[in-house]
Amino acid sequence: MSVPDTVVGTRLDPAVDATPDPLARARDLLGVSRLSDTALTRWLHALPGVDQVGAEARAASLGTRSIKAASKAWAIDLAISMIDLTTLEGADTPGKVRGLAARALNPDPADPSTPSPAAVCVYGDMVPFAREVLQGSTVRIAAVATAFPSGRASMPVKLADTRDAVANGADEIDMVIDRGAFLAGHYRQVFDQIVAVKEACRRPDGTSARLKVIMETGELVTYDNVRRASWLSMLAGGDFIKTSTGKISPAATLPVTLIMLEAVRDWREATGQQLGVKPAGGIRTSKDAIKFLVAVNEVAGPDWLDNHWFRFGASSLLGDLILQRQRLAIGAYSGADYVPDDSPGIY
Amino acid sequence: MSTHVEVRKTYKLYIGGKFPRSESGRSYAVHAAPSRSGRPGAFLANAAAGSRKDARDAVVAARGAFPKWAGATAYNRGQVLYRVAEVMQGRAAQFEQEVAAAEGLTAARARATVEAAIDRWVWYAGWSDKLAQVLGGLNPVAGPYFDISAPEPTGVVAVLAPQASSLLGLVSVLAPVIVSGNTAVLVASQDRPLPAVTLTECLATSDVPGGVVNVITGRTAEIAPWLASHRDVNAIDLAGATDNANTAGTADGKAVTWGDLERAAADNLKRVLRPAGSGAAAVEPDWAPTPDLSRMTAFLETKTVWHPKGR
Amino acid sequence: MATFDYAPAPESRAVVDLQPSYGLFIGGEFVDGSGEAFKTINPATEETLAEVAEASADDVDRAVKAARAAYRGVWGRMSGADRGKYLFRIARIMQERSRELAVLETLDNGKPIKESRDVDVPLAAAHFFYHAGWADKLGYAALGPDPRPLGVVGQVIPWNFPLLMLAWKIAPALACGNTVVLKPAETTPLTALLFAQICQQADLPPGVINIVTGAGATGQAIVDHPGIDKIAFTGSTRVGKMIAREIAGTRKRATLELGGKAANIVFDDAPLDQTIEGIVNGIFFNQGQVCCAGSRLLVQESIADDVERRLKRRLATLRVGDPMDKNTDVGAINSRRQLDRITELSAAGEAEGAIRWDTDCPLPKNGFWFRPTVFTGVSQSHRIAQEEIFGPVLSVLTFRTPAEAVAKANNTPYGLSAGVWTEKGSRILWMADQLRAGVVWANTFNQFDPTSPFGGYKESGYGREGGRHGLEAYVRTGGAA
Repeated sequence: MSVPDTVVGTRLDPAVDATPDPLARARDLLGVSRLSDTALTRWLHALPGVDQVGAEARAASLGTRSIKAASKAWAIDLAISMIDLTTLEGADTPGKVRGLAARALNPDPADPSTPSPAAVCVYGDMVPFAREVLQGSTVRIAAVATAFPSGRASMPVKLADTRDAVANGADEIDMVIDRGAFLAGHYRQVFDQIVAVKEACRRPDGTSARLKVIMETGELVTYDNVRRASWLSMLAGGDFIKTSTGKISPAATLPVTLIMLEAVRDWREATGQQLGVKPAGGIRTSKDAIKFLVAVNEVAGPDWLDNHWFRFGASSLLGDLILQRQRLAIGAYSGADYVPDDSPGIY
Repeated sequence: MSTHVEVRKTYKLYIGGKFPRSESGRSYAVHAAPSRSGRPGAFLANAAAGSRKDARDAVVAARGAFPKWAGATAYNRGQVLYRVAEVMQGRAAQFEQEVAAAEGLTAARARATVEAAIDRWVWYAGWSDKLAQVLGGLNPVAGPYFDISAPEPTGVVAVLAPQASSLLGLVSVLAPVIVSGNTAVLVASQDRPLPAVTLTECLATSDVPGGVVNVITGRTAEIAPWLASHRDVNAIDLAGATDNANTAGTADGKAVTWGDLERAAADNLKRVLRPAGSGAAAVEPDWAPTPDLSRMTAFLETKTVWHPKGR
Repeated sequence: MATFDYAPAPESRAVVDLQPSYGLFIGGEFVDGSGEAFKTINPATEETLAEVAEASADDVDRAVKAARAAYRGVWGRMSGADRGKYLFRIARIMQERSRELAVLETLDNGKPIKESRDVDVPLAAAHFFYHAGWADKLGYAALGPDPRPLGVVGQVIPWNFPLLMLAWKIAPALACGNTVVLKPAETTPLTALLFAQICQQADLPPGVINIVTGAGATGQAIVDHPGIDKIAFTGSTRVGKMIAREIAGTRKRATLELGGKAANIVFDDAPLDQTIEGIVNGIFFNQGQVCCAGSRLLVQESIADDVERRLKRRLATLRVGDPMDKNTDVGAINSRRQLDRITELSAAGEAEGAIRWDTDCPLPKNGFWFRPTVFTGVSQSHRIAQEEIFGPVLSVLTFRTPAEAVAKANNTPYGLSAGVWTEKGSRILWMADQLRAGVVWANTFNQFDPTSPFGGYKESGYGREGGRHGLEAYVRTGGAA
């Protein structure tokens, strides 16, 4: 399909995992010989605190940026290219997933210049059906795993879940952290689980599915927890930090995303390694999406304005972006009947 | 019957909790009030004639005492001030004599005045731990903030004590200054300074820390301009800058009006409590009625503190 | 387009109906002034916006007489409830005309439209709403027995928050039953004149509000006028002292909101990302032309480098330019004169050995502009650490212990505001106790609210504006005449 590559910039994922031994790196970063809960607590709790009111005020001020004309058209295409087009329902069927994938390939049949979303995101058992449609395209397949969304299962189950999805052809794995363990202060346990899942993302050929680590920020409640969970996930080798499953409210708020953007910015300064951010759930309108892009631009920086480093986990957002895109293209307001939608979803 | 030769007292200044003589070495004669028929009053004592340098020293002492006094708990300040009233009560007889002589009052009127003065001190002492509740409080701002305002002492306050009411007036201007945590440099009534000197002895023998109250006796018009223009003085009470004090003159014989003092005070934007009266006229009010809060609020700052409320 | 380049998003000027010339507002009508008319310009473009009448001493006298007549005849006798209803009306009209007020404020002042729109105008309206409710409740305000109005109040306001300062002055004065003669600053008279139209629209009785435009001489005429019972002034400490001298020995009262050199104190356990925002807001809000600006940044030495790096990175994202653009963060300096002062003091900072850094952003050709600037390596003895610059210039100093931070923060004749950044609650409360400043913002900065008293210690002036405390300045109580 034809998309301006300056906009979409979808690139082939690096084949090999850049973090061969997260444990050794963690010990090194923390300056400890044993990565205990105590050591992790000391490190995570030494991160600067987050003042809720100040963080929310900053997010709100980013939200007042006014994006017009050419910038808006560019931002809409960028946002479309960053979507992980998602369906995560008990009622998902091969038919629905095929439809979703087809939509990803051709989001606006009336305008082939419309970019594709970055990926479709489905449950692991649905990966083969997505793959049927998407094979050979630039659209990736992301699978949620690790007993999504609660994460309440034993490790062997979570790892099997992950391996299964990877074996089915998932390019990316969206795992959930064990919020219970995190809230109980068992940071080493959370760390180990992420490391293990990351290991399970490895394919026989040595390449690896990219790992998105979901904090489920709605359950972590405080921004301090979001920041600590973000750093813990980055330390353990996650490729992306992701806000939410979409099953818990609040999901991807702008302030939570702001905290995560600060985390990846500061992580790169500390380690030289760039990681991605994925807000998921609750982002439904173009206006919302553009606010997030403004935050990406001003907080993390332009380096993150690329779907390799920033994604929206969403289902209905694509429809609104297409509507706005049509509005700019035809100079009149469009309507839902002009946006084909196979996947009215829960996000 | 043998005649007891009286041991006469040397009246001195009260600075930093000590009783120094004036650095100038000067003193002046204090007489009783003239009689009704206009006969000059009897000689009572020589009082120290304080100088600008004494005032300067007193400001240094007051500034030094400020942080601790302002930082003391309100309960503690209340206790300390109540203790002063106890000591004053013990000296009631002496105050009565001095007030009677200074103001030309009968013994009964003098007693009533001293009782009123002690009561006035107790009234103010009790305000120490209520002011913040009455004058401060939470501000319901339109945002997620805890926002609270509370009164704080303004700092070093110069006080020109009333010229006529030598004890009740004195107490009525001094107590409201220090109860909130200010420290004071007080210029006593020029012609009626003896009750003020006795009050300093009460202060020195109670628990008021040295420097919280400093008392200069002498010519108001000579000392006051130095206090009014002093940059390390935060406020000035011009109660004693009444018309009867103006003519007393500076060293060069010039009269000083309260307007002059207020003008000098503008140099560092002192808080100024003007004398009673209307227009340029300055009169001494009747000190008998129970006061309101105004003599305390005149020397208070409102500090407002904001903090976000978040998780 | 390879980067996220925000296209200009200018607010429309069409909402404002600018007249070529404006008179004085006296006795409910616009009248000619007898002084020489002067121009008010848009500081972002230097274009003339309108000609404005200059009020002579005679004009001020007419205004005071009109105010006195309105006080005696109507306003001083009106019930508090009715006064309140007029204030409510004014508040509503200000909200209804908020866009017009915001655009006009930005044109005349040079401040970013997002500030006039989101801060100045809504807060101004909020002040009227708040005080409207007080008008019939003054007996409950613990002001003393029998609170009564003072009479005619003369008010002189600055150019940095023209409409907001007008609201801070007029709303409590009117709520308490006084009538007003107000002089807006000579560089920013337009929103005050639009406010005069709002008074007409609200059917406020003639003479209750009188607006006289002009410069220092007009202000002087107000201060000197024997028919004025009280002066309320916001502006420089220098002029504040002049006013205090002028009214010495009279029975005129005064409240003075003057300069500041606030310390914004950052401890090593501060919530760092919000602290950076607070520093930026503290000194670059309204181009730093704020009396309570956090112009002295005191950083704990152990994190000074980190804070400096983060601060500079953040400043690089500030958008400096057209104040009418909704995306502008930093607008124009209000006048050539102010720009000269900022330039002069910044040069002094360099000459004294402080290290100068600015964002190096492009600036518009016309108009008065100054880049957000940071001085590091500043000592207490430098002029840029002592004098109020009143511009987008931050002086960075360091400290080692809380006691040192307090000592440095208080080591100034000013005492308007201070900021404290630390996650340690007990330290915040201790610091708040120690700081000799009228407003202490802990883990925030530059917050204002009609209910919250504002005003300084020491040479930052006296009296408070806002809240219950602000009413004290506009009433007499007890038996005293």
